[in-house]
Amino acid sequence: MSDDLYDEFILDHYESPYHRGHLAAPTAVHEDENPLCGDHVQIELLVDADDRVQEAWFDGHGCAISQAAASILVHEVEGKTLAELREFQARDMLDLLRVRLTASRQKCGLLSFKILKTLIYGLDERRQQSQAPAD
Amino acid sequence: MTIPLNPETCGVDFSPERAAAALERRFDVECIRRDFPILHKPLPNGKPLVYLDNAATTQKPRQVIGKIVECYENYNANVHRGIHALGDRVTTELESAREKVRAFIGAGDIEEIIFTAGTTASINLVAVGWGRRFLTTGDELLVNEAEHHANLVPWQQAAQATGARLKFIPLAANGTLDLTALDELLTPRTKLVALSGMSNVTGAVNPVREVAVRAKARGALVLVDAAQSAAHGGIDVRNAGIDFLAFSGHKLFGPTGVGVLYGRRELLAEMEPMQFGGNMIRRVRRESSDFADPPARFEAGTLPIVEAIGLGAAIDYVTAIGWDAIVAHERALTAQAWGQLSQLPGLKIIGPGAEQRGGIISFTVEGIHPHDMAELLDRCGVAVRAGHHCTMPLHAALHISASTRASFSLYNTSAEVDALCAAIEYARQVFRRG
Ligand SMILES: Cc1ncc(COP(=O)(O)O)c(C=O)c1O
Repeated sequence: MSDDLYDEFILDHYESPYHRGHLAAPTAVHEDENPLCGDHVQIELLVDADDRVQEAWFDGHGCAISQAAASILVHEVEGKTLAELREFQARDMLDLLRVRLTASRQKCGLLSFKILKTLIYGLDERRQQSQAPAD
Repeated sequence: MTIPLNPETCGVDFSPERAAAALERRFDVECIRRDFPILHKPLPNGKPLVYLDNAATTQKPRQVIGKIVECYENYNANVHRGIHALGDRVTTELESAREKVRAFIGAGDIEEIIFTAGTTASINLVAVGWGRRFLTTGDELLVNEAEHHANLVPWQQAAQATGARLKFIPLAANGTLDLTALDELLTPRTKLVALSGMSNVTGAVNPVREVAVRAKARGALVLVDAAQSAAHGGIDVRNAGIDFLAFSGHKLFGPTGVGVLYGRRELLAEMEPMQFGGNMIRRVRRESSDFADPPARFEAGTLPIVEAIGLGAAIDYVTAIGWDAIVAHERALTAQAWGQLSQLPGLKIIGPGAEQRGGIISFTVEGIHPHDMAELLDRCGVAVRAGHHCTMPLHAALHISASTRASFSLYNTSAEVDALCAAIEYARQVFRRG
């Protein structure tokens, strides 16, 4: 864990993000923002028939922490199954960032995590609905 | 700097240095700094504090802190109630604070001064107490996108509740009011124009008097959000033709939790209270009640008594130094900051030139989000604010999501402006843009 919020890892992701952009036909899309500072992130997932994330992309604007976190997260989730991602916790996200966030910056660092959780929740809901017996 | 100081010291407890400065009629920032204990406490990281977040809240001089302690230690009691020595004393102190506010804003009458919880509470009181009572379908409220949310959202709510319509004074490209079409925007249906005395983002000083004259010509009322302007210069509600004026104690070197609503006597007389209970009644029967006259009608429950008395002490403090001296000092700092900041690569200042603004400069720096900027400035001990500063429509109009704001006050120094610029350079280096 680095005490320097702006260590190379964060700045590299901020300046040269992984998969910043959009998918042609995403399975699920969700966006959210941090009203306090106006960070905005959208995440798109391409999930295959085996419930595995084939590709993840993000777009957005905001502080270095929020944008680097999005880049780090989409990199992390690719190749994982939805079952694995359901186990992914806020603590894991903070570990991924490798820097210690002050209380006021955790919202920036966890914005993408919150979006991911909403995406998975939405996918689960959709599945339940499609499996529910039609009446 | 030699600036005439106000000869009336209003009983302020002067330090010997301050007294000497006052005698020599000079504005001595080092003497003033000694009045503010917090400025001399190092930060957790050991750096000295460079406090440039004055638009959010100002620091408190020991004259104000001392007054608060004096209240609690010597005559703490509720007002207008206890027939006892403490009750008498505290009531006298509170009403004397009200008189200080009256004189400070140039109101004609002490009954026109209502103590509230702050600017937000004051504007809401007008939006509900006056707005819900007098606005009807088709009436118009003239607002603008540069206002703090506190001077926009209450009007949105009033409009939704009454069928009135919001109209917006357009903004020029730099975020200042474009008044060229004001006379066309003002119609016989315009009931009120709400604007700030000074923007909390661009620092632009609005021509309140001119707007008031033109609004009056159409029969519209004028409400001024003086949250920022109150700390930067003399207000004269009668001379400026202001019908309602709102400000907060905490941005004027006073305590949090107290603010003021000024309303013209005739207007207050017709307004509905927003809160009901003790202190605001004349007679209570089983099923209905008669309300007290203003200001008590709008001061239900126990007031922020000590805070209001503390605000009185804050007004004494600034009055004793004198507005001319304070404004001249802030102008010099603003001009210096403007000059130095505009030299920094990638830095864009929002709003008008230095001459047209009070001591606020908001800016963006290419490639560094304001939140990151504020965090890195904080490492250097420089406290600023980052974000949308409760002005989302203004930021949208300027096509930015956030900005960094430095705001200056009477205790800031030229060296602190240098420290700000050096800290921005440091941030650019961290972001590998140096
Ligand atoms: C222009 C303006 N209006 C209103 C407010 C709200 O003041 P308060 O939060 O004290 O009610 C502020 C302060 O943030 C302000 O700068």
